[in-house]
This record gives sequence, C-alpha cells and structure tokens, in this order.
Amino acid sequence: MKDPIRSSRARSNGRTAISRAAETFATGFITASGWLALFVLAAIAAFLVFNSVKALREVGLVRILTGTDWYPTSNPGKFGSLPLIAGSILVTGVALVTSVPIGLAAAVYLSEFGGRRLKEMAKAVIEFMAAIPSVVYGLVGVALVVPGVKQAFDLDSGLTALSGGIVLGIMALPTIVSISEDALRAVPSSLRHASLALGNTRWQTTYKVTIPAASSGIFAAVMLGVGRAIGETMAVLMLTGNAAVMPKGVLESVRTMTGTIAAEMGEVVQGGTHYSVLFVVGLVLFTVAFSINLGADIVLDKQRKRWGA
Amino acid sequence: MKKAAVLGLALVLAASVGLAGCGQKQETTSEPTTPEEPALSGTINIQGSDTMVNLATAWAEKFMDENPGVEVSVQGGGSGTGIAALINGTVDFANASRGMKDEEIAEAQSKGIDPVEHKVAIDGIAVIVNSANPVEGLTIDQLGKIFRGEITNWKDVGGPDKPIVLLSRDSSSGTYEYFKEEVVGKDKEYAKSAKLLPSSQAIVDEVKANDAGIGYVGLGYVSDDMKVLAIDGVKASIETAKDGSYPISRYLYMYSNGEATDLLKAYLDWILGPEGQALVADEGFVPLQ
Repeated sequence: MKDPIRSSRARSNGRTAISRAAETFATGFITASGWLALFVLAAIAAFLVFNSVKALREVGLVRILTGTDWYPTSNPGKFGSLPLIAGSILVTGVALVTSVPIGLAAAVYLSEFGGRRLKEMAKAVIEFMAAIPSVVYGLVGVALVVPGVKQAFDLDSGLTALSGGIVLGIMALPTIVSISEDALRAVPSSLRHASLALGNTRWQTTYKVTIPAASSGIFAAVMLGVGRAIGETMAVLMLTGNAAVMPKGVLESVRTMTGTIAAEMGEVVQGGTHYSVLFVVGLVLFTVAFSINLGADIVLDKQRKRWGA
Repeated sequence: MKKAAVLGLALVLAASVGLAGCGQKQETTSEPTTPEEPALSGTINIQGSDTMVNLATAWAEKFMDENPGVEVSVQGGGSGTGIAALINGTVDFANASRGMKDEEIAEAQSKGIDPVEHKVAIDGIAVIVNSANPVEGLTIDQLGKIFRGEITNWKDVGGPDKPIVLLSRDSSSGTYEYFKEEVVGKDKEYAKSAKLLPSSQAIVDEVKANDAGIGYVGLGYVSDDMKVLAIDGVKASIETAKDGSYPISRYLYMYSNGEATDLLKAYLDWILGPEGQALVADEGFVPLQ
C-alpha cells in the first residue's frame, strides 16, 4: 500500500496551481485538526493537574488515595477517597458481569446466526439505546430496578451498587455489542469455511474458531464498555445511594468518583482545598479512562494487523 | 415599603430623563403615574438553594405577571452553587438555605463582592418516615444518635426490629449543613452508612417506598402519604415553626452584592411584602411576621 497523499502529489504535476494550492490547504487543515485533538487532550490533563496542585500540597496524594474517611465539609475536612475509588470499581464490576455475557451473546448471534433483516433492526435498536440520555436510564432505574433489587434480596433499601451496576451494564451494552460484532465480522470467512469443511457444526465453528480469532477485538469492546461505565455520572448518582463507605458487597450503598464530583462541585468554595481535592479525583478518573482507551486501542490495532482489515 | 421603592425608582427615572434632556424643562411621559403600574423592566438572575427553588420560581412567575417588562430567571443547584455564582458575579441574587460561611465572605470580599444578607422566609425541617412506621416521635438527642449511627435499629426507639436506613441530602445542600449543626453536632459526623441523595424529592420517594427509612426535608415537601415525626413532642408545622416551639427550623436567605437597588430592591420589597409572603405560605414554608 503506497502512501495515498504522496502518490497524489506525484500525480499533481500536470494540474493547475489553484488545485495544487487547494490540496496543500486541505492537507494542512487535516493535519492541524489531528494535532488539535492531541492539544485539547493535553490541555485537559494540564488543567486537571494545575487545579490539583493545592490539594496534593496540602493533603498529599497518598492520603487522598488511601484514606477511608470522606468528610469534605468537616473542620478540618477529611479527604480519603478510597471508598469512592472502591465504589467506582465495584459498580463497574457489576456492570461488566451483567453486560459482557449478554453483549457478547448478542454480537455472536447478530454476526453468525441472525438473518439480514433482523440485523438491520437490531442495529437500529442498539444505536437508539446509545442515544438515550443517561438521566432517563436513571429514572427507569429508580422506578424499576431499585424496588426490584430491594424485593429480590429483601434489603433495607434498593439503592445499592447492584442497582447502579445493572443499569450501567444496560448502558454499556451498545458499545460492547457493536464493537464485538465488528470484530467477529472481520474474521475472514475462509476460516469458517475450513472449519465447516472439517465437519464442525456451525456452533462448534463459532466457539472454536470465530470467537478465538476475534478475541482481541472482543477484549477491546469490553474495555471500551468499562470506560463507558466508569465515566457515567447521572445514573449512578440516582441509583447507588452515595454513602461513602468502604463497600463490603454489591448489596450495599456505594459512592462513585463521578457521583462525588457531580454532587459536591456545586457547593465548594472555588479555589479551596475541597475544590482542589475534587480535581484530584477527576485526575484519577482521567488517568483510568485514558489507560483503558489506550489499552483497547493497542489491542484493536493488533487485531487489524492480524486480519489486514 | 413598596411605595417608597416606586417613589425612589421614579426619582431615579426622573433624574436620568432630566440629565438626558440636558436641562430642557419638559414633562416626561415615561414616569410611572400610579403606584399600581410601576414601569419596571430588566432581568434578574437568581441561583441557589434547591429547598427554595419552587418558592423562588413561584415568586418569579407572579412578579413577571405583574410586571411584564421584567424577566426573572431562577436556577437551583444548591446554596453553595448560588453563593459561588454570586462571588463570581454571574447572578444578582443567591438563594441560600444557610448563612454564608466566613471563608465564603472572605472569598467574596477578595473579589470585590460585598454580600448583603436578606431573610426572606422561615423553613421548618420535617423529619419523615414511612406511613407504616409505628414510631410517633423522637427527642433531638435520639435523632442525633440515629444520624450519627449510634442507634441503628428502630427497636431502640420504640419501633419494629429493623435496621434504620438513613437518608440525607448530599453535602452541596444547605439543609445538610443546617441539620448537621443542629442535630448531628457541629464537631460530629453523619454516619458513614447514610445514603446521600441528590434531591429532597429523592428522599421523599425513598421514604415512601421504604418502611425502614428516615430522612429530613423542608416542610414544603411534606404530603399526606408519609409520616412526620414529632421532635421533642412538637410536630413540624407552619404554626410551630412560626412560634419557635418546633426545634428544627431556620431562616431562608437571599444574598445580593451590596445593598439591592432599583429593580432588585423592588423585587426584594415585593417578596417581603404581603403578596410575596402569601406565596411563602402557599409553598409550604413559614412567612416572616
């Protein structure tokens, strides 16, 4: 594969100056846009770090990350965010357990077994699911999931990590289904044909050949689903009860990092220690999300190289 | 009060018209002729307390009905949000269900903002439980122990053998701060197991759905399908909050930058006048005398 831009330049010898100028401009514009995205990302990171400095100096990163008392409005404030980090991890874990099996099964069905008309319909539904605002998911959760969880487990209250996780799982489904399906579809059909020719059934072909071949893409889909879940704010704020305790299980109320920032940013004295600590929490979230996306990207790249898709 | 405001406004108008007319002696027609038709116009931006958001909206709507030239926009978000907006100079009034803190006042002054406090209503904080809960009342002391997590089962306060589910607002709420000072204790903490919900309505919904829940909300949120506990033998109501016999009630405030003038003063005077205070009672709060 030759570099398309360079080969077009070579062809442009016989063109007018205007079209050549236009081409130079377009190339420059595209390049600048690419760099702009990078610049914005760097600016966000710098902004977070800049606002975190005060807290890092006054409270210290170790105390923020390992303390278990979160009483930001006390005098003096206690800023132990470990319960928040644990809460985020727990809710995201529940979301994964609910969404990965269903999402993967749906993707396999759509790519390997489903008819064409059903595929069209399912794609539309999945895209629609991704477009529903999170506050609507939150409302549905309050109306259905919270009472359901309370009854099913005979709890004091349905505002738990489980309720939040289930709804987050549903919200992460579109990401997981569509990316897994792309990965499965990228597996060359010659592999499937070979497997069928050797006497495997369609199902055997799917789980012995197709899924392993697409495994890295499926892994990336799961990672992006995690990123979606860990960054969600509104729905978890409405569903998890937000008690800042170290969670002992999924049937307890937890407080997430995102929920904390959303609930407290309105109150803080701007530029104060509490304000700055919230930026540290934001920085932790940013780092996690960035790492997850980077990891998923590297894995997806591997898969592309493997099948030349 | 209102008359004075209109008169002041008229004077300001007259003076400005006089200046604009460069000393020409002519009758101005833009002057309001009767107190019933003050030609007020302009916009007022208000942000702050979620407790007060319904009341502030009702005030704004009525005032805009009476003064078509005026635009009043009201936003919630919590007392702290409103005060931060006032400090940043983005709003005319901050609604607050707590007094401003010393550090907020210092912060304001460092930015050249001079916050002036106006008491606009009284709010009784009702302690609510599910209708099915047999407990009728608690002492302030018991209530403090419950919210500090020292009493964790209803049977210790005369109820069924059920763990207590604590429901609180999150720390961006003035109600949270006030309740902490009055009930939990200034140097004490809410129990860690307390669920912090994002709105008073969320507390109401959870109490209705949960027979072991206990929460606190402003009187305006109380309805028939929940139970209001008597505190120290007194039930929260407009009357008990007014005469001071109910122990957990507080003022609601509006803060302006410097003394309110012109339109802002007219609005504030209207709120403190009979019409504004009638709406206070309609919204379930307690009017000032």
